Amino acid sequence: MRLNTGLGATAGLLATALVLAACGSDDDGGGSAGGDPSQNADATEVTLTITDNAIAGGKNSEGAAWITDYVIPEFTAMQEAKGVDVTIEFEENGVDDEDYKTKIALDLQSGAGGDIISIDGIWTGEFAEAGYIAPLTDIAGDAVEEWDGWEQIPEAVQQAMTFDDQAYGIPVGTDGRVIYFNKELFAQAGLPEDWQPTSWEEILEAARALKQLDGVTPLQVNAGVPMGEATTMQGFLPLLAGTGEQIWADDTWTGATDGVTEVLDFYGQVYGEEELGDPLLQQEAQGRDTSFQLFASGQVGMLIEGDYFWRSVINPDEGIAPMANRDEVVGWAKIPAREPGAGLNGQDFVSMSGGTGRVINPNTEFPQQAWELLTFMNSPEAFEAMISIGGARITPRDDVNAEALAGDPLMSFIAEEVLPITAYRPALALYPQVSVALQNATAAVASGTSAEDAATAYQSELEGIVGDDGSIAD
Amino acid sequence: MTVRAALGVVGRYVFAGFVFVFFALPLLWLLSAPFDTAPSVQVSLPDFTLENFRTLWDNPYAMRSLGNSVLIAAGTMAITLVLAALASYALSRVRIPGRDTLLYLLLLLSSIVTGTAAMVPTFLLMTELGLIDRQLGVVLVLTGGLLPTAIFILKDFMDSTPRSYEESARVFGASSLQILRHVVVPIARPGLATIAVWAVVQVWGNFLVPFILLRSPDRQPAAVVMFTFYTEGGQPNLALISTFSLLFSIPVVLMYLFVNRRYGFRFHGGIKR
Amino acid sequence: MTTVPSPTDVDPAGPAPTGAGAGRARIDDGDAAGLGRWRATGFVAPALLVVAVFLVFPAIWTLYLGLTNWRLTGLAAAEPEFVGTENYTDALSDPAFRNSLLLTLAFVFFSAIVGQSILGFALAWTARRLRPAVRSVLETVVLLAWIIPASVVAFLWLALLDRREGTLNALLGTDGTAWLLEYPMQSIIVFNIWNGTAFSMLLFSSALASVPPSQFETARMAGAGTFATLRDVVLPNIRGHILTNTLLITLWTFNVFAPYLITAGGPQGRTEILGIYIYRVALRDGALGEGAALSLIMIIINLIVASVYLRLLRERRP
Repeated sequence: MRLNTGLGATAGLLATALVLAACGSDDDGGGSAGGDPSQNADATEVTLTITDNAIAGGKNSEGAAWITDYVIPEFTAMQEAKGVDVTIEFEENGVDDEDYKTKIALDLQSGAGGDIISIDGIWTGEFAEAGYIAPLTDIAGDAVEEWDGWEQIPEAVQQAMTFDDQAYGIPVGTDGRVIYFNKELFAQAGLPEDWQPTSWEEILEAARALKQLDGVTPLQVNAGVPMGEATTMQGFLPLLAGTGEQIWADDTWTGATDGVTEVLDFYGQVYGEEELGDPLLQQEAQGRDTSFQLFASGQVGMLIEGDYFWRSVINPDEGIAPMANRDEVVGWAKIPAREPGAGLNGQDFVSMSGGTGRVINPNTEFPQQAWELLTFMNSPEAFEAMISIGGARITPRDDVNAEALAGDPLMSFIAEEVLPITAYRPALALYPQVSVALQNATAAVASGTSAEDAATAYQSELEGIVGDDGSIAD
Repeated sequence: MTVRAALGVVGRYVFAGFVFVFFALPLLWLLSAPFDTAPSVQVSLPDFTLENFRTLWDNPYAMRSLGNSVLIAAGTMAITLVLAALASYALSRVRIPGRDTLLYLLLLLSSIVTGTAAMVPTFLLMTELGLIDRQLGVVLVLTGGLLPTAIFILKDFMDSTPRSYEESARVFGASSLQILRHVVVPIARPGLATIAVWAVVQVWGNFLVPFILLRSPDRQPAAVVMFTFYTEGGQPNLALISTFSLLFSIPVVLMYLFVNRRYGFRFHGGIKR
Repeated sequence: MTTVPSPTDVDPAGPAPTGAGAGRARIDDGDAAGLGRWRATGFVAPALLVVAVFLVFPAIWTLYLGLTNWRLTGLAAAEPEFVGTENYTDALSDPAFRNSLLLTLAFVFFSAIVGQSILGFALAWTARRLRPAVRSVLETVVLLAWIIPASVVAFLWLALLDRREGTLNALLGTDGTAWLLEYPMQSIIVFNIWNGTAFSMLLFSSALASVPPSQFETARMAGAGTFATLRDVVLPNIRGHILTNTLLITLWTFNVFAPYLITAGGPQGRTEILGIYIYRVALRDGALGEGAALSLIMIIINLIVASVYLRLLRERRP
């Protein structure tokens, strides 16, 4: 009896589940292009929610402090002066980026979620394709085009939040990658304090000189799968840019080209017989953390990283691998192309950048007010407040960068010297899988496979991901 | 004491010593890192400081999250224990064809629900039920996941308790619930204690369910807050993580010691006479 | 515990055989408490309701998703397509999956069935006759290994096995040994024994506690040694618990994910057990549909393993 009832109930639930699952995609905002931009435009009582991967006392705590201490009170006061009663709620998260992404994707899929949501620029493509986010003009209308902030944000930086030539959000920040080096070790190895290599060969030469020192790993260029996206962003892609190629160009993915093989060959020289890098470190699950610790304790000579490394890792005050003498000991240099002029667009030096941004939830009840809040958060005053709360950051706005970064030599170096030559990843839904394929290729080379074989294996893995219907260039 | 018995005692303590070292060795890091100003992934004499504890004390969510963990764990444990005791007792005493198979199938299904793929249906279900951002929702989802295992384990204990007491109690006119409460539960106590500890441990470390289902950090349990002690680049802040882990472990250990003493696994024979 | 054994202590028919075997004739079906079908249903209903809504429903939905190419983001999130058994054939034809399955079987066998069960039982057995204070300390330290969340446990083991300044290398004088790269599988097996033994210990402690003391007394008076006591008194009494324990830890160990934080599945996939493989497919590669399909494959493997256990335990029954 009881069992029968149980089974009956189960069958009923199963049927409901199937029906729900089947129609889930139809009514869950799939492909929704935003509602009516003028909806609630004249409302006098407005509630807006900001969702960010920041939390007081934890991850990105400065960002959280900026929102609670500056954005919310200032914006509320501004609106009050206009006779609008705004309540802003702040949904703090502060967890691993992938977990955060899962959570906001669930929110957006179910038609819920904050009105303004921070996302990594690299998610723009997959979120847009899923219909979770919409072009800003579809949500907030003409006001978007009229915003005066756009002209302060370089085209390349805007690309981070752009998909199919439409802006889905406003960039919040950007970064750039350089080679950090330890000046003390350089002096011991007879290398100049103002070192600036102009080719890959000069990097290798410096590494060979450092190799003579006892207990020093000359070069850390991220390789392998455990380092994840750090391998692609801090290793493979800047090197690839140094061969004049990009991973996605002219609507095709880059297969086993000459450039890809050259990059893998560089990895082979670093992690091969000469052991200019530590191949085992690349296989360790916490290898990246360890490489930071080793650099901080003077056991790594050169390391390729973004400004994040300077701000949050070896920062003597709040870093996780603090270097008390960071300002005296740590030098930096631009990443050279394979040889002068061989880089992307014929450049001598290259870099890669990522960026985060904020989007407006297409399901917002108050599109105009959300847009207003979004532009407020991207106003020069807001960025200045952010820097005064959280320390120097590279903002997307040229006007802010010019003034606010003056106090920090590395940050202004990146803003002035690196951003003009940098490149961005394609914000496409397939990119994360291609990135994993690149990581696999570097892992193979770092553990002894030849560059050609690794390139071939990469090519076939790439075909498995994007298909071999001519969308791969080789 | 015979030689053989003496050897037995020595053997026992040598074994206990080895096991102790095996289990304690990795834990050393938890004793050094929280008191270090800049801990790394190695055990060393700390550059002593209590600053990490102060930082956590000042953190707006850290201490509160421990309270949330206790609340969620206690709620889940209580509901699981009561429902599982009722169900396993009935399943143990009344013959239902196919009950063991059904139970095992439920057990297997519970392993799906721990995965990420199931998080999406769960999330949408909880949205429909209006249980998002409520700790009750977390408790119910966790309870649903724990119940099959709890019933599965408890049924073993119910099966191995003698029925004669129940018959006597019935003769004296006790109701089924009274029999369960005053006769069966005391006998099955070691089993219930196991389930209680097991349930708390499962809930205590669970990150994904509360993270997905709760919105405000005020309500998040410690397992979620633990993950906020990373940098924007995903590097762990070992000073805070190790310190918080230490604090995080204390309530469960206390609970275990309490349950152990009070309801103990220590009865010599579950049947108290 | 110096009470006189009452005649009701020993069930006349001997301890009730238990376990997950279906449809076997058994003597525990006597409705001693006079529950009756309807009241029994009432007792089971609340649990069943919670399980149906919060477990069966999402689980079946997930299994349905396993028949689609659904992803959390991207085009396949907006319009998932029904792909039938494609996820299953994809998974089964992936050499990485087969590699992962073999690794998992070894992992489950050595770390759970051999490691956790035996160590857990030995601990439960030994601890009964240790001084209470010693016993508490020992049990607490075993329990700590179980309750500390995986994210922290990973750091503990990295500190233990670190190549440069790990505790183990310092103790053994094996400086520079990269345990996690040279002995990856052995490392995560030992790790999992460390991590999971507490459950077996708890369960067996409780099980031993429910063995009627009079039976131990009888065995002692008959002059039975430890081995004979285990075989003749303990084993028949806790057979059901052994089966339960083995079934549960097998199922859980199939799902174990914590080693990912220690080895990231590497080097070169040498520790990519199923839990990690599914994580890679479902989250890193974003194929949630395929991840759901893999869950079902894993369940079927568990069903097979469980039927083997049942057979083994049934055959040994006198």
